[in-house]
Amino acid sequence: MAEKVLTKAASFYDVYERKSGAQDVTHYCPGCGHGVLHKLIAEAIDDFGIRDQTIFISPVGCSVFAYYYFRVGNIQVAHGRAPAVATGIKRTHPESIVISYQGDGDLAAIGGNNILQAANRGEKITVFFINNAIYGMTGGQMAPTTLIGQRTTTTPRGRTAANEGFPLKMCELISTLESPIYVERVALTDPKNTSKVRRAVRKALRNQIENKGFSFVEVLSACPSGWKMTSVQAKQWMVDNLLPQFPLGVFKDVSKELEPSERSKVVFSTENMNELLNIPSEENIRTDVPKPLTKFQNPRIILAGFGGQGILMLGLGLAQAGMQAGYHVSWIPSYGPEMRGGTANCHVILSEERIGSPTVSKPTVLVAMNLPSLEKFESQVEPGGLIIYDSSLINQSPKRKDVKVLGIPATEMADNLGNTRIANMIVLGAYIAITGIMPKDVVVDALPIFIKHKKLIPLNVQAIEKGMAFVDKNNGHA
Amino acid sequence: MAKQLIKGNEAIVKGAILAGCRFYFGYPITPASEIAEAAAYYMPLVGGTFLQGESEVASIQMLYGAASGGVRCMTASSSPGISLKQEGISYSAGSELPLVLIDIMRGGPGLGNIAPEQGDYNQMVKGGGHGNYKLIVLAPNCAQEMCDLTMLAFELADKYRNPAVILADGFIGQMMEPVEFPAPVTELPEKPWAIHADKNDETRLICSIELEPEVLEAHNRHLQEKYAEAEKNEVRFEEYRIDGADFVLVGYGVVSRVLQTTVDLLRDQGHRVGLLRPITLWPFPGKRIVELSDSVDSFMVVELSNGQMVDDVRLAVNGKKPVHFYNRMGGMVPSPEEIADQAVKFLED
Repeated sequence: MAEKVLTKAASFYDVYERKSGAQDVTHYCPGCGHGVLHKLIAEAIDDFGIRDQTIFISPVGCSVFAYYYFRVGNIQVAHGRAPAVATGIKRTHPESIVISYQGDGDLAAIGGNNILQAANRGEKITVFFINNAIYGMTGGQMAPTTLIGQRTTTTPRGRTAANEGFPLKMCELISTLESPIYVERVALTDPKNTSKVRRAVRKALRNQIENKGFSFVEVLSACPSGWKMTSVQAKQWMVDNLLPQFPLGVFKDVSKELEPSERSKVVFSTENMNELLNIPSEENIRTDVPKPLTKFQNPRIILAGFGGQGILMLGLGLAQAGMQAGYHVSWIPSYGPEMRGGTANCHVILSEERIGSPTVSKPTVLVAMNLPSLEKFESQVEPGGLIIYDSSLINQSPKRKDVKVLGIPATEMADNLGNTRIANMIVLGAYIAITGIMPKDVVVDALPIFIKHKKLIPLNVQAIEKGMAFVDKNNGHA
Repeated sequence: MAKQLIKGNEAIVKGAILAGCRFYFGYPITPASEIAEAAAYYMPLVGGTFLQGESEVASIQMLYGAASGGVRCMTASSSPGISLKQEGISYSAGSELPLVLIDIMRGGPGLGNIAPEQGDYNQMVKGGGHGNYKLIVLAPNCAQEMCDLTMLAFELADKYRNPAVILADGFIGQMMEPVEFPAPVTELPEKPWAIHADKNDETRLICSIELEPEVLEAHNRHLQEKYAEAEKNEVRFEEYRIDGADFVLVGYGVVSRVLQTTVDLLRDQGHRVGLLRPITLWPFPGKRIVELSDSVDSFMVVELSNGQMVDDVRLAVNGKKPVHFYNRMGGMVPSPEEIADQAVKFLED
């Protein structure tokens, strides 16, 4: 027993290389609880034989330099963020034992949300929370756990409920959550309580070793320097003031009800990636599609109508088929100020050259499926361009005489096919028939890519054929 | 050849996974949410992890933890979210953690709007967080590059042990274009410095604090040397019809696409115009601009911002030639014709 007391835990470094030169004492003040808690944690790591697997997160605060002491994997982190960093490392190394060690300012103030959320997710980590009711490292400012009336450098007249609110009780808060499996508050006051701290440290670590869940141990600790007291006075002040405010005890413990399980490493493969990522592996670009007439080459298309007419889908079909036909293509839904005004529209470009601007300011083709769309975009069409409009919904002809115009009663034709929503594919059929930009079979090949319901494909093919037949019969005449 | 018509935002996620990334930590924000959504769908399918953090602040710190663990990891956000992530970005640069950040820029300042802007150039290229650090910043201008440059970002992040950024805009993110996906990366670099939860961990420390001024200065010198190395090796840019040009347009991201068309319009009108498009915003292709400033008459920088990259162009040109500037803000994207008109005014001045 005597030997154990005198021997330093193997989970501590032999010398502490803090500041200049090696040392064998910590940087903590006399009477501070950090050193004791460090020792209890290091001894537990030794006894459990988990040093190789342990990752210790050093916070901001007096324990910012904990990594000088623990002979384990060490990560030093930003103020309050230890639970988030712990989440990141534990998710990447579920086989490890992750210890998040935080003070009251770090955990309950700036990192308040981080600890609550990590607890609520049930991260399989162990959190040690040193509560000494003050910011020690920065020189004794108010902490979220500072007591009412307690003087600090930022509450020079004492904390008041009216100005700063009441001390935050983290164990009480965290124990209301469903995920945490073990929440206890202990205190470094006398040997009896210290042995309870030792037990709590071990229980919280064992819970993680057994892969059970989130454990949280709050350790009340003295800060003689911050409190401006001797060590003896500080111990007494804890008993008289801290303990009544922060009652000790187990707030939650469901660890016994949980079965231990293996902490296993993350394994991922690079097999079947294309299948898993839904990336096509088969050749899908044609090189034998004949060019259309010059005036229909490299179309810059605006497709417009009202929501529900399948405008975006029509554009998508055109782009998908255009790509498979070997063109450079781009598709962009209306974006920015264009989104206003009740019309849904998209811009599609099919080009033999690399595409510059993906937005179409001067379309060579306009597909207008309702009157507002025709009125909005008619004037923008390039001279010599093409306007296709749904003549069953638009009862006036375009005024432009310098463009080719096709009116097609797409909605009516779709109704005759038994599905109003298929009007967009009728228009697609009409477009490829007028321009010869690509043969029907390329579009039919592309259908399964952009039509989700496979049983609708035959109807879509039928619609495309109807659109093409309409053009053959009425080429160019509205 | 097998191509997929795909949104830029989704191409990023597939590219990331092909690059060996299996960890995504993020927080939703328009117009970057599709990246989170695609990651939420695909990551678990390939044995990876998607986790929606409680905040932008937390998500970048989860990345800090994951990168400490030696894995390829990423997050995505948009301008106001990136502002929040600056804390973790500075810490990651200080601790030399390789991770990949995607910024799909939107209109600002403040809540701004969700339309495309390029107002994040300064906060990404110049360092929006505290301290003497640089981020490797790549600016894709098409869906193919959303995939390719994301993969490159992982490679460069590991090579330089530094955060790397994809700086894109809502336009490139929302647009669908064909992408030919490369084969997955199967050999990832060893990271002996990372925390592996093994017996060598006792010699490993991920840390950005150093109280001794001499030591912190040495660390900063080391960082600067690393950045100098990246400046030597990693500058990437693209030129379009620059041969014989005496008027050079400069723009990145969606602007460079519009400028390509502008160059064609102006060339058709008989103007000798070319385009320089930085692909790496840091390291910036300043040397190329220095060379060009000997042979061309003037430059015109176009940005969807108040003029942020233009400072770097002016720095390179160093007063030798006029550097004109044209911009739109708030989500307005100029048309090729609009820019061409402006260019002609500058040319006739």
